[in-house]
Amino acid sequence: MKLTTPLTEEMVAQLRAGQTIEITGTIYVARDAAHKRMVETLDRGEKLPVDLSGQIVYYMGPSPTKPGKVIGSAGPTTSGRMDRYAPRLMEIGLKGMIGKGLRLPPVKDAMQKYKAVYFAATGGAAALIAQRIKKAEVMAYEELGAEALQKLEVEDFPVIVVNDMYGGDAYEDGKKQYARK
Amino acid sequence: MREIQASVIAETVARLAVEANHFLGEDVVAALKKARFEIEESPQGKDVLDQLLKNVEIAKEGAFPLCQDTGVAVVSIELGQDAHIVGGDLIPAIHEGVRKGYTDGYLRKSMVGQPFSARKNSKDNTPAMIHTEIVPGGQLKIIVMPKGGGCENMSALGMLKPADGRQGVLDFVTSVIDKAGSNPCPPTIVGVGIGGSADQAMWLAKKSLLRPVGQPNADEETAALEKDLLTRINNLGIGPMGLGGRVTSLAVHALVVPCHIASMPVGVNVQCHSARFKEAVL
Repeated sequence: MKLTTPLTEEMVAQLRAGQTIEITGTIYVARDAAHKRMVETLDRGEKLPVDLSGQIVYYMGPSPTKPGKVIGSAGPTTSGRMDRYAPRLMEIGLKGMIGKGLRLPPVKDAMQKYKAVYFAATGGAAALIAQRIKKAEVMAYEELGAEALQKLEVEDFPVIVVNDMYGGDAYEDGKKQYARK
Repeated sequence: MREIQASVIAETVARLAVEANHFLGEDVVAALKKARFEIEESPQGKDVLDQLLKNVEIAKEGAFPLCQDTGVAVVSIELGQDAHIVGGDLIPAIHEGVRKGYTDGYLRKSMVGQPFSARKNSKDNTPAMIHTEIVPGGQLKIIVMPKGGGCENMSALGMLKPADGRQGVLDFVTSVIDKAGSNPCPPTIVGVGIGGSADQAMWLAKKSLLRPVGQPNADEETAALEKDLLTRINNLGIGPMGLGGRVTSLAVHALVVPCHIASMPVGVNVQCHSARFKEAVL
């Protein structure tokens, strides 16, 4: 299935855990340090440097861009480290997250409450994933280096729906299917 | 006494850091191919493995490292007792090599100082994590192992009771991998260090990863333990990227040393499929 950003509630409602998706359009990049800053900004009652309403955040910190390239290698980082911040961003309209690895129950609950979705990209397929990124631009926190807040234009960016807004969980389903005593 | 120039050490470390991040070992590629074409049954698992094999080919061309997380530079040194390092000191030369390799090689700088507060990036990926061993002879062996944060975070130490025995080791290591789930980018290689002290068990767990993937321990009893652990782990069903499947781990490597009568330390170090290290002998 193909998806074009930004995401609406209707689009999120169509997604089910386990589906393979290709995303085209704008996605934002932020990991640990950028999340900390964004949530601190919100806690002070200030506006974020970008409007995340209807957007997808990709948990990623690229390797440096070589001359003539759009970006360096660009695979997902472990999402669990953003669990402390993710519900706050969904509260202000974030609709999608891309990363890899397990989410805590409060994050999955927030996905149901705020109608959002969690996608996984293939961890360690970073050189391959970089080929689907057509443009990259630092939007804020440039001094954080690899942890800066970036805006990407992606084309057919491959992900799998892990957690949908109905409580579905592709990690749990997959494990159940293949577990042996 | 054999002389080794510090500048040659720095250049070698720099070269190995770049090579390790672009060229996955043939043993790892072979293990991934075996997983893809002989073992994995899950369609999504096969798709993940296909992506990883394609990724290996792109990284080889030199423009993109295998993973954006080009790691903390773990540097293992075996220094022959008859060698003499001239023109500088050993440890600064290693750090200099990491600085040069990560800067000139467009590798990500992932090291931060004051971990519990400021977390300020050193901007050159130093310091390296250095392990040194003094060995007979006059040579210097250098292994550079870029270790990603995602899999390293899944490490664990179990100070088991002697009464827990073999079954205790099986249960503990399997539970660590079960809890890690999709986090460490499976299929993984699981390093296990058994015995010694707490610190030694953890280092052995990592050191065991510096063996060709799937090469069993020379000791028959340990090799049997590795085999049983791999079966237990792959029976979890976690699969490639945690999406369900037969291949959660490509191999389990264990190293075993004696320990105190009161103890049975078990260290676990998880290595993602991007199992990167290169070595040189000067």
